[in-house]
Formats: sequence, structure tokens, C-alpha cells
Amino acid sequence: MTESIQPKHFQTLVVGAGPAGIAAATSAAEAGSRVGLLDDNPDLGGQIWRTQLGKSGPDVSHGGGAEHWRNRLLASSVTRLQGWSVFDHPEPQTLRAERHETAADFTYDQLILATGARERFLPFPGWTLPNVMGVGAIQAMVKGGLPVRGKRIVIAGSGPLLLAVAATLQTAGAVVVCIAEQASLASLAPFALSLITDPAKILQGLRYKAATIDVPFHTSSWPLEARGTDRVTSVLLSLHGRTEEIRCDYLACAFHLVPNTELPALLGCRIEHGVAAQAAVVIDELQRTSAPNIFCAGEPTGIGGLELSLLEGEIAGLAAAGQSDKARRLLPKRKSMSRFAARLAKAFTLRSELKTLPTDATIVCRCEDVTFGRLRSHPSWRAAKLHTRCGMGPCQGRVCGAATSFLLGWNADSVRPPMFPALISSLTSTEKSTAPPNSD
Amino acid sequence: MIQTCDVVILGCGIVGSACALECARAGMKVAVIEQDTPGSGSTAAGMGHIVIMDDSPAQFALTSYSRSLWSQLAPELPLSVEYHACGTIWVAADSEERDEVHRKLATYTASGVPAEVLDSAALREAEPNLHHSLAGGLRIPDDAVLYPPTAAGYFMNQALRHSARLIYGRCVSAARGEVVLEDGTRLHANIIVNATGAVSPELTPGILVKKRKGHLIITDRYPGFLNHQLVELGYLKSAHSSTADSVAFNVQPRKTGQILIGSSRQFDDESSIVDHAIVAAMIDRAALYMPTIASLSALRIWSGFRAATPDKLPLIGPTEDPTLFLATGHEGLGITTSLATARLLLDHLLRRPSAIPLEPYLPSRMAMGVTHA
Amino acid sequence: MPEPIQPEPTPPNPIRITIDHHPLTVEAGSTVAVAIAIAGLPCRTSVTGEPRGPLCAMGICFECRATVNGVAHRRTCQLLCEPGMEIFTQ
Repeated sequence: MTESIQPKHFQTLVVGAGPAGIAAATSAAEAGSRVGLLDDNPDLGGQIWRTQLGKSGPDVSHGGGAEHWRNRLLASSVTRLQGWSVFDHPEPQTLRAERHETAADFTYDQLILATGARERFLPFPGWTLPNVMGVGAIQAMVKGGLPVRGKRIVIAGSGPLLLAVAATLQTAGAVVVCIAEQASLASLAPFALSLITDPAKILQGLRYKAATIDVPFHTSSWPLEARGTDRVTSVLLSLHGRTEEIRCDYLACAFHLVPNTELPALLGCRIEHGVAAQAAVVIDELQRTSAPNIFCAGEPTGIGGLELSLLEGEIAGLAAAGQSDKARRLLPKRKSMSRFAARLAKAFTLRSELKTLPTDATIVCRCEDVTFGRLRSHPSWRAAKLHTRCGMGPCQGRVCGAATSFLLGWNADSVRPPMFPALISSLTSTEKSTAPPNSD
Repeated sequence: MIQTCDVVILGCGIVGSACALECARAGMKVAVIEQDTPGSGSTAAGMGHIVIMDDSPAQFALTSYSRSLWSQLAPELPLSVEYHACGTIWVAADSEERDEVHRKLATYTASGVPAEVLDSAALREAEPNLHHSLAGGLRIPDDAVLYPPTAAGYFMNQALRHSARLIYGRCVSAARGEVVLEDGTRLHANIIVNATGAVSPELTPGILVKKRKGHLIITDRYPGFLNHQLVELGYLKSAHSSTADSVAFNVQPRKTGQILIGSSRQFDDESSIVDHAIVAAMIDRAALYMPTIASLSALRIWSGFRAATPDKLPLIGPTEDPTLFLATGHEGLGITTSLATARLLLDHLLRRPSAIPLEPYLPSRMAMGVTHA
Repeated sequence: MPEPIQPEPTPPNPIRITIDHHPLTVEAGSTVAVAIAIAGLPCRTSVTGEPRGPLCAMGICFECRATVNGVAHRRTCQLLCEPGMEIFTQ
């Protein structure tokens, strides 16, 4: 049974303890604000800095200052609130969140949304088999204790994460059979060139390259079918136009990232469709959204990678704490990072062949098992949702919405609470009465 | 270009689509105008409960006639409609309500509708998650539930098979045999049927239909948690209140194993934003009857508008405009009475005898100040 | 259904749990989703009967749902194993 607990008030409340949120919370606290940092995971780090099993604190293998920021955060006065899933905004300046079976209201003067991004999953035959999962996903599972020593893993999809995760998996003793990146060598080439002009990125690039030097990295390649009965046992890949079947224990496949804009949308922040028709929260130079007292930092403002997320977090934290001048000094650096981020997004643009991967029998909505054939007989997301129940399951359209947006050009409809499934008891604020109805 | 039809139906909700099918089957040239997608208005927002209501003889007649039409139709409904004859239990909280149960029983059995009184122990056996101290209930085994949008979609698809047309567009005027859409399309019709539900006064000014806001919550899958649709006896008080905001215990087991939790009624709130306070009140009420409901996972909350009339009965029949008929104002019984509404409408159009008296639902009763509630 | 697999050797900080009545020992800090994977089981069965396991492993996709200590539909990828936890796949 859920009990509501006393509300908690913060001058600056930060949602999301990935790099942007950590930087925001730390910067605001160091500037004198009373800060709370809400996150739905058991520990700090979000996705890219997820805590490794048995080690405390964020994963350091991705570089970019994880150790530095972790230490600064822990040394600051930030109140860390781990395990809280924000699902509603019942009153102004208030967020409601749930942790295990308890609900609580958190109030704020300033709010910084650092809700990060999730992987984009595109359906193809067999993608619902157990042991087919995302790229960041398999890394998260390994950090959560999944033994992969000696396991054959194929990595597919798109984005720099493919290389980064290949490195993590090799370190964990897996046999990374190959990487199938859908982008062409030609579209990656400018990206590689600009890497060379940026020393910080060369280091990052070399670290990954060194670790993955003996993993075949195929461009213009993608998965056609995952095969197996109760779990994946092989994957059919299209490698530079030729088809090859590769045995594997795991298939890690995801196509870049989609920003988590649901909470900003619920709070009334203006969202626009920008690069590659992706939704992004509209912000000004100090990371302010269109909603009063609400800032947004990191991936929800547009996928831009680790360093841009850190910088945006810092800017938002300083601005929220009233130190706009200090925040402004970071603007030139952010401008150049944004340019890099834009080049990155362009290099990994998804090719149209990926739209032909699902057959009519391929499940697109995994919550309600709705196939592609049933979906595409409808003219819009709304009609499909109503008549097939696609998007009405617990994922609330987060997986199938991103897929149908790419496959069919559909846009999801507006966000309503609860933003994540929540217990019935968490939706009401009063103490539960155990007296029968006839006694009032 | 001007198109000509026998019947133009405004609105492809459960009522509009049922009327379209009935008219198309009768050989009429039918066009349905829909501004969004079939079954996307109140039809999508409501509970999909097929229930006999005894708050007035006219309501009883309409709902029992329509329920029997649903029972006949059930075997041909596709799986996506999720028709499930789970029955209703009207729940009595105390001895006073238990007495009312016996009065209700008399009404149902007098009309030949199967009904069964449950004492406290029988109620607990039928629904283990109900609070143990409830006094009992009345079980109506032949009531049913379904998923409304696919039902409306099914009716429309069947109508299309009988050469009806579905036109996507927004109607801006509909009178004297002419329907005009926002994009300039004009249709000439011998008969126009306004089946636009909660917004029907927009197209037919002056009709006494008001928006009555409701909220629902749907949970994740919990097979076996709930067996019947459960409604508290106080539901009718809530439904009849003309001004106050009210909630009533009303829960439904979907065929998927998900639980639908309702119900709330509000006038004077025309925004579609979820009202946290009334949702909390609705949950608190439900938890009194069913404490374990508090520990279920809620996936979605939404609001919608019922089309409410002053006497709780729908408007079915002709208006002063000889070309314009109404099929609206069904409040919380649109799903239930859609099939009977379509039959009665056709009875009007074909001037043939109807299975139940038409008078209680005539739009003209409002002007004459006659009610049958 | 495949036999549950016991990780070799015994983890340094062992936590004992049960999955579908099978006892399992995992390293402290393991998530429930990982424990279910180590046991060789799918977390859940989909509405049309397909076996399913984690897809996103970050609390978004809900494919990792299982019943933990009597509470159904818990997202196991964000849940750390605790001693004595009773887990049932759904």
C-alpha cells in the first residue's frame, strides 16, 4: 500500500542524473542554490555513465570527466534522490514521483530537465526475440552483472555508441563478431575528418579504435532478420549489399538516439521538430524553455553527445542559481560543440532502406503485439492507436512511436499524465481509508 | 461539386456508425461525415459498458431493447471489438442499499430480464477483491462490455460494404437538406442525421445537449482480478445530479485483463485536461469498495465528454426542419443504446412500427416540456 | 524451458533470490533483469505468447516486466536484487 510522504522543496530541482543533470546540479549547488537531483535509476550516471557492477560511481571508461564530475557532485550539497520515477505535474511548481510503492511530491523554484535520450529501435523480422536488445541496453545489462565472457555478440544499427559499446563488451571478455553500421563510409568520412581537427575527440576516437581494432566494422550494413526459437541464435546481415548469416548469442541493435521530451511536453515546454524531424525542446542561450522557471539541458534539446550535455548542464545550473554572467562565459564553447553535434547527426542520418526492413507480419508495437501490416492500413498515428491499441501499452508509445515516426512519418499525440505507469495509489494524495463505504 | 444522398449522417461515433449501417442495409444511399477518425470522440473516451438501466421506464425500455440487439449481434463481431458478456453487479454497501437491490430485482424480473440477488458471501465469492463488509448486490448476467472504437469502425466498414461513403471533413452547416463542409464540399440530402454527440448543438443550435465531463483510468493487465463490471448503487445519484461534480464506483474488466476505473461527472468544465482532484476523488471512492485496486499499475488517464440532456434520455427523431433528424444526447449510455437508436431512427424514416414507443425520445418533447424520466 | 544456470564461480558478495521457485545466487549490484537472464528465462510472455526479455534496459520499453515480491509489472532492469527476493516471470 502506498503512503504519501511529506513534500520536499528545493530551490533548484534537477530531473535526471546523467552527465547533464550531474553538471547542472553540481553547478547550481556550488553557486549556492539548495539542489535536489531526482533520477529513476538505483545509482548515478544515467546511461552513458552508468555505474559498473561492484564499482561505486559512474563508469569512467567513456572518459569525458565522469570521475571528476562524480567527485564534485558528491562533495557538493546536492540532495541525491535515486530510484524516483517522475510521472506527473499535479500543481504548479510541483512534480510527483514514485519509488517502489511510495509516491511523493517535490516542489521547486527552478526546475532543470535533464531527462536524456533513449535508443531508437527499428523493427525487423525477429527483433522481439530474447537477447536482441539495444546497444546501450547490452552495455547496461553488462554493468548490471550480465556475464558475456566468451559470448558471441553482433552489434548493429547506427551511431557512435556502436563503437563505444563494442569496446566495453570486449573489455568484459565478449567476442564482438562485427559491427554493422548503416551509415555509408562516404557519410562518415567528413565526421572522421572533423574528428582529426579536435584533439579531445581524437583521444576519444583512438581509445575506442584501439580497443576495437580487431572487430570488423562494416558500413552500409544493417540487420535483415534475427533468427532463433526462444532466443536469438543467428542474425542475417546485409553487409555492403551481400547477405551473410552470423551465429550469435546476443544481437545489440539500435539506431542512434531519440530525446526524452515527454516530461518537458507535460510541463508545457515548447517542442519543435528539427534535425531529421526529431522532437527537441526549444531553449534560449541560457537553456531556458518556454515554460517559466524551467530549464532543459542535454539530449532533450537535441542529440549532441556527452560533452555538449555537460556544458549545457553547467550553463543551466549556473543560470538557475542566478549566475547568468558566469553561464554566458560558456556560450562560445557551446556554440562550437553544437556545430560538432550537428555534423555528427548528419553523418549518421538513417537511410531509407531501413524502412523496408519490417514485413507486414513484423510486430511494431511490442506492448500490444500489433504488426506493421495492421498499422499501415491506418491513415494516422491517432487512428492506428485507437483501432489497434498500438501505443496504449505501458511504454506509452516510446518504442513504437519512434519506429512509426521513421517508418510512416507519423507524429505522436500530446502527452498526458501519468508520464510513466504509476500505482493507482500514487495518483491520489490522501491517506487510504480502510473503512467500508457505508461508514461515511 | 454538389453530391446527392438519401441520408447524410454527421459523426462517425458509435451512434452515427450504427445509424449508417442500418440505413445502408435498408438500401439507402448513405454518406457519413467524420472530422477525425471513426469512434474518436465520446466513443473513444467512454467505458464500453452494455447495461440495462432502470432509472426510468423509458430508459429501461431503450437499454433492454438495445442490449438484446447486441446479444444477437455478438457472434458476428470481430475479436478486435473485444465483446465480453461478463455481466454487471450492482453493489450494495449497506442494508438500505440491499433493500434497493430487491426493488431493482422486481423491475428486472417483471420485464423478463435475468437478475440474481447476491448476499454478502455470494458477492465476496463472485468478486474476491471487493471489500468484505459490503452487503451484497444484484447480478445482471447478460450485460456486456466491449472496446468502442473498433465497434464503431466495424459498423462503418460494414456500412461501406453496403455502398455507404465515409467523408473526412468538418461540417460547418447542416439544415434544409444541405450539408456544407469546411473545405467547401456541399451535399444534398433528403435526410440529415446529427449524431455529433457532445458538440451537436454546434450544428443544430438550441438543442438541449450539454457537455458532461468524465474521467477514466486504465491499468496494466491483471487477469482474474475482476470478473464483472461493478457499479455502486449510488451511481444513479451521481448520474442524475444536475449540477454538482460527482464520482461513483464503477469498474470494468476488459478482455485484455486490464481494469477500467471510473466514473466521474462534471458540468461546466469544457477543458480536456485531466482534473487531478476529481481523479483522486474517483480513486478514493473506488478504493473504498475495492481496496486492492490501489496497488494496481495505472497506464493512462483520460477525460472525455458525454452528451447530456435534461431528462437523461437521448434525442432520437425529427426536428422542426423536415430534413433534419437527431440521434444524440446519449449521456453515459451511447454504446448500449446505439443499436436501438439506429433501429428507431429507421422506424422514423420508413414510418414503420417500432419495437418500443418512440415518444419518450422525441426531440419535440423538450419544446413541449414533456418528459418521461 | 531451459534449466537455470548457476554462474561459476560463486560471486564474492552473493545474494540469494528465487526466480519461478528456482533458487539463484547473484553478485550484489546485479539487477533483477540480469538475474532472470542468468537463469536463462524470458522475463515475460507477450500478449500473443512470445517470450520477451529486456530491449532498452533503461526503464522505457517495459519488456523486462516481472512480478517481484508479489508486485506485478515491476521494471526489473532498474531494480537491484535484494536477499530473499521472490521473482516470478509474467
